Amino acid sequence: MIEGFLSLYIFMLAAFVGYEVISRVPVILHTPLMSGSNFVHGIVLVGAMVALGHAETGLEITIGFVAVVLGAGNAVGGYFVTVRMLEMFQESKKGQ
Amino acid sequence: MGFLIETSYLLTAVVFILGLKRMSHPRTAPAGIVWAGVGMLVASLFTFLHPSIVANYGLMVLAIGIGGAIAWYTAMQVPMTDMPQMIAIYNGMGGGAAGAIAATELLKEHFRIEPDQQLATVQAAIEAGADLDIVQDFVLHAGGTSGLVLFLAMLGAIIGTISFSGSIVAYAKLEGKLEGAIRLPSHQLINAVLFSVVVVLGVIIVSSSEPVPLLLILFFVLALVFGVMMTLPIGGADMPVVISLFNAFTGLAVAFEGFALNNSAMIIAGTVVGAAGTLLTQLMAKAMNRPISNILFSSWSAMGGPAMEVTGTMKAIDPQDAAVQMCYASKVIIVPGYGLAVAQAQHKIWEMSELLIERGVDVKFAIHPVAGRMPGHMNVLLAEAGVPYDLIFDLDEINNEFETTDVALVIGANDVVNPAAKTDPNSPIYGMPILNVDEAKNALVVKRGQGKGFSGIENHLFFLDNTRMVYGDGQKVASELIAAIKEF
Repeated sequence: MIEGFLSLYIFMLAAFVGYEVISRVPVILHTPLMSGSNFVHGIVLVGAMVALGHAETGLEITIGFVAVVLGAGNAVGGYFVTVRMLEMFQESKKGQ
Repeated sequence: MGFLIETSYLLTAVVFILGLKRMSHPRTAPAGIVWAGVGMLVASLFTFLHPSIVANYGLMVLAIGIGGAIAWYTAMQVPMTDMPQMIAIYNGMGGGAAGAIAATELLKEHFRIEPDQQLATVQAAIEAGADLDIVQDFVLHAGGTSGLVLFLAMLGAIIGTISFSGSIVAYAKLEGKLEGAIRLPSHQLINAVLFSVVVVLGVIIVSSSEPVPLLLILFFVLALVFGVMMTLPIGGADMPVVISLFNAFTGLAVAFEGFALNNSAMIIAGTVVGAAGTLLTQLMAKAMNRPISNILFSSWSAMGGPAMEVTGTMKAIDPQDAAVQMCYASKVIIVPGYGLAVAQAQHKIWEMSELLIERGVDVKFAIHPVAGRMPGHMNVLLAEAGVPYDLIFDLDEINNEFETTDVALVIGANDVVNPAAKTDPNSPIYGMPILNVDEAKNALVVKRGQGKGFSGIENHLFFLDNTRMVYGDGQKVASELIAAIKEF
């Protein structure tokens, strides 16, 4: 019971952290931020690997396999899209 | 082994948060995403050592290879104008993965073992000389049978699955494969019933003593259908809100599956994204001055009374005269909208701006929070064209500068510059904060034709005395403006 509550505390604190960190991001960076946070929930890949790693029946293995494909797609796609966008932002020469 | 993995997850959570924190400035952001990337790599490599992973290593590597290769290829190919739909698709994949994880976990019997049986099984296993890791894993999972955890896994399944199918519909809409808002008769009633059935099925599944595959399949199919039904009636202009909402959904789903798998990295990363996505969604809705429920559940046309009569006429000007007007100006503000993306005119517009800057004109770009198809979409397109970010301003920063502006050049934007939002209480967009282009000394509007545009709302700006319309495709007009400025 206590351990369950511990997880809930993690949940609550992480929610505050997310809210605080993001509220400081300027509008100009909202798209990279969204795709960056999109990349971050690609951590679902780790869970998908665990799901596939202890799958036993054919059905479980199939679903687990799909989960890993989707999770990897989320992480890899989210990463490269974000990097590409952020590379484009530059200051004007007179500002330097 | 468990210690090593937990340490790697802890580290990953730290770099994720630090990486997102670096997103607060364009200068620090590129390093931020690389940090987060390293974290992801470390976490996924260490996961291969996870005690719960006992088989299917080959399949795992194959799956990562397939998913990664497809995503890498598409991510490198996609043009900046199509970024919103690509992000929607990657987000949907994450939601789908969370749903699939839930499916495998809800299928597993050892989730539902009673405490006495647990004890007996563990004792038997130890007597038989089982590996302690396996016993530990069993206890972790069987111990997690608490109603709360199962319930969260089921909730994550619903949210993730909705995000999956909803994102695919959002993708199809943004890609132009699905036109307009599609709604059935009493659409919201059907949706409410559908959603209730999904929730009831979910509760039955988590409270039944053993898994019922048929119920599970029905549960997931209906959740998929609900995701589609929920997104179908929402129009293209509202997509920034929808994409950011689904991003929050996937984050939450990942966090809930993290509870089910007892995985702190997933709980923390998922929750942070869930909170971030919620905040972004709120910001978008605020920028449209509409509650989120209104964006999701009703259409614009369903609101308000008869629109205010517009007086005056639209007055056309040719690009040459428009160019002269800008050359004589001391200050020009350019207001881009989604039409700029459609016409792919961002490069030409920046070329034109550079010519004006060389002539000593003060050129700035003003961006409305919901211009484009995702939050900040216009900023990315302008950055792609090479516009330095210190020339780009958002609504709050620049709105009181329009009074002192000689020429405001509107290209491809419509509702976000419509003064009816300030003057006509019957207008569907009444109360939405707009860019005060109507206060500029002169307004030039680049527009393809005389039509009302995407939302079907008459734009009062076009009829003002100091507004001139430059008709034509955005890119073509920009080229003509460039030629005229060069000759001037």
